[in-house]
Amino acid sequence: MTSPRKSYVRPLDIRHGRIDMSHGAGGRAAAQLIDELFIAAFDSDGLRQGNDGASFAIPAGHRMVMATDGHVVSPLFFAGGDVGSLSVHGTINDVAMCGATPLYLAASFIIEEGFALAELQRIVQSMAAASRAAGVPVVTGDTKVVEKGKGDGVFIATTGIGVVPHGVHVSGERARPGDVVLLSGTIGEHGVAVLSQRESLEFETTIASDSAALHTLVAAMLAASPDGVRVLRDPTRGGLATTLNEIAGQSGAGMLLEEAAIPVLPQVDAACELLGLDPLYVANEGKLVAICAPEAAPAVLAAMRAHPLGGQAAQIGVVTADAHHFVQMETRFGGRRVVDWLAGEQLPRIC
Amino acid sequence: MKYIDEFRDGALARKIGERIAAEVRPGRRYSFMEFCGGHTHAISRYGIAELLPAQVQMVHGPGCPVCVLPIGRIDLAISLALERGAIVCTYGDTMRVPASGQLSLLRAKARGGDIRMVYSATDALQVARQNPQREVVFFAIGFETTTPPTALALRTARDEQLANFSVLCCHVLTPSAITHILESPEVKQYGTVPLDGFVGPAHVSILIGWAPYAGFARDYRKPVVISGFEPLDVMQSILMLVRQVNDGRAEVENEFTRAVTAEGNRTAQALVAEVFELRENFEWRGLGEVPFSALRIRPEFAAFDAERRFGLAYRPVPDNKACECGAILRGVKRPADCKIFGTVCTPENPVGSCMVSSEGACAAHYTYGRFRDIPVTVQPATAEAP
Repeated sequence: MTSPRKSYVRPLDIRHGRIDMSHGAGGRAAAQLIDELFIAAFDSDGLRQGNDGASFAIPAGHRMVMATDGHVVSPLFFAGGDVGSLSVHGTINDVAMCGATPLYLAASFIIEEGFALAELQRIVQSMAAASRAAGVPVVTGDTKVVEKGKGDGVFIATTGIGVVPHGVHVSGERARPGDVVLLSGTIGEHGVAVLSQRESLEFETTIASDSAALHTLVAAMLAASPDGVRVLRDPTRGGLATTLNEIAGQSGAGMLLEEAAIPVLPQVDAACELLGLDPLYVANEGKLVAICAPEAAPAVLAAMRAHPLGGQAAQIGVVTADAHHFVQMETRFGGRRVVDWLAGEQLPRIC
Repeated sequence: MKYIDEFRDGALARKIGERIAAEVRPGRRYSFMEFCGGHTHAISRYGIAELLPAQVQMVHGPGCPVCVLPIGRIDLAISLALERGAIVCTYGDTMRVPASGQLSLLRAKARGGDIRMVYSATDALQVARQNPQREVVFFAIGFETTTPPTALALRTARDEQLANFSVLCCHVLTPSAITHILESPEVKQYGTVPLDGFVGPAHVSILIGWAPYAGFARDYRKPVVISGFEPLDVMQSILMLVRQVNDGRAEVENEFTRAVTAEGNRTAQALVAEVFELRENFEWRGLGEVPFSALRIRPEFAAFDAERRFGLAYRPVPDNKACECGAILRGVKRPADCKIFGTVCTPENPVGSCMVSSEGACAAHYTYGRFRDIPVTVQPATAEAP
């Protein structure tokens, strides 16, 4: 009598293989992709349970925060990061900007047929490394495959949840005239780094994306003054200018900035000059803006500067009373001008 | 930034501002037109108007390549993309200029037109090489600065026998536009647009040199100072214009000596002459038909001329009735004089072309200076400015 043969599943050929439609069909091929590529990289309890969702206990009596972010950056790999690490940092930062401590992430992949498994693995491993470094695990996910030509490599949507510590009230409408505007460091690196690697526009630069998870910086700032930090926001698409206009609109106030106080790397300045861009409108992925009560600002600024991601933090302006909600700026040249919303699309698909 | 910061030094700017204030004659008004959009942008972005005495008024000129592009020309480009299935390549700002039927190149792209933003004519050539089975049209706009790259692209296409590449040529000429303004009734007869001199083009003059402006100084008695695009260049040029007016001189002076010579770039001029010839007439938005004010592709390059290749017929289209772009481009009105400025017409939804490019007078004023139209002084309520 012969015993039934042990079935043999050929492992994924990561080196030469490509995504095909079966990887999104929910059958064995999909299960294998999830096991060998995703779970192998993320290695979280939530994912290993193999359920449709992840379950976890939440701390009682706390407010929760939930944020979601789609990532469609082109090219997928750029100096200082890739779509994987970006999708982790972007959502952690969105949660952190609500004053919350990020706890868990969910990730949804939309992959184009024909995408190389080796590239997918590189992205997933980078994502896993970013999530481990941040201490925020990916606990649930989803994979879909679209026909060739219907996507562009891979799109990653991530969702994060977090808890808000007691005594913290961070929200975009809380800026008051007299408050102080703090910025955590130099602006424009992410946008310029991505742009420099676009096929149509390659130029040599030493600029790397500033992509980073900002939740520990936020924790340090809130520790310095839990109630003095009124607004937090990361100036991603549309850059610092757009972010400040959003806050001005939400809070019904104006702002007055000091151009000379806004830190910009000379390489970024030079690249923007050459391309006709304004660093104020270029995306960042590892910077934040904080609006603080004036009495809390010195302590918060000191806490930022003591953190590795805030070494170049600076006070860049003040909140003003202005019925028109203008963000204005004293230029380095001596005149004053409006810093308006970004019109149109300066740089498509930057994050 | 080395070599740039030196031209944006605020302390030096204030000194020049004080010099200008000291030298203007009491009771006399000085009205200067900055021809180029690059100057308009610098004036708005750096707040130069605030550094000038009230007697010195800057009038915005028509030198914004996107602004002067008439609707009919954009319609041609859109029809190539939507009706002829061509890949249309063009510079970024052109994408948002309003055309007929509530369209723009950007909206035509959303309707399925294959319209691509390029940074140079060379990029458009590359698109043609990569898509040999498709027609690729470079929608070429701009003054003398962008003309040589288009000429080079046409010559390369001929040398490579790139059969699927052509150019929809809308290149225009600066001196004829200045003549047109000087000959306009508002300047010549009614004097409703007082013009005491010109801040002359920067990059255009690198190509054509400063000699072509001698006629304006001599025949129309208008001082011209060729000026760089950096804010200190503009300040210095205004001071030089004030001095010419005070002295009763009308000369061409060159502030932009680091880049501009009398004869300009001869190599580029020869290249342009090889590929292009003058058009007898060309419609400008705001200025109407201006004789000998634009370039056409020479018959030797006919195979690469999109107008001939696709048998395009130009059809003029009137501007939106409420739009004052025409008067603004001639210096007759200012952006805030337009009823729809900042209300219906904004950079997000431009009605007129001056609201599109950052070099356009309306966009520059809206983006950087509109707080001056509103009688509100903005002061921090409690804390001091940093």
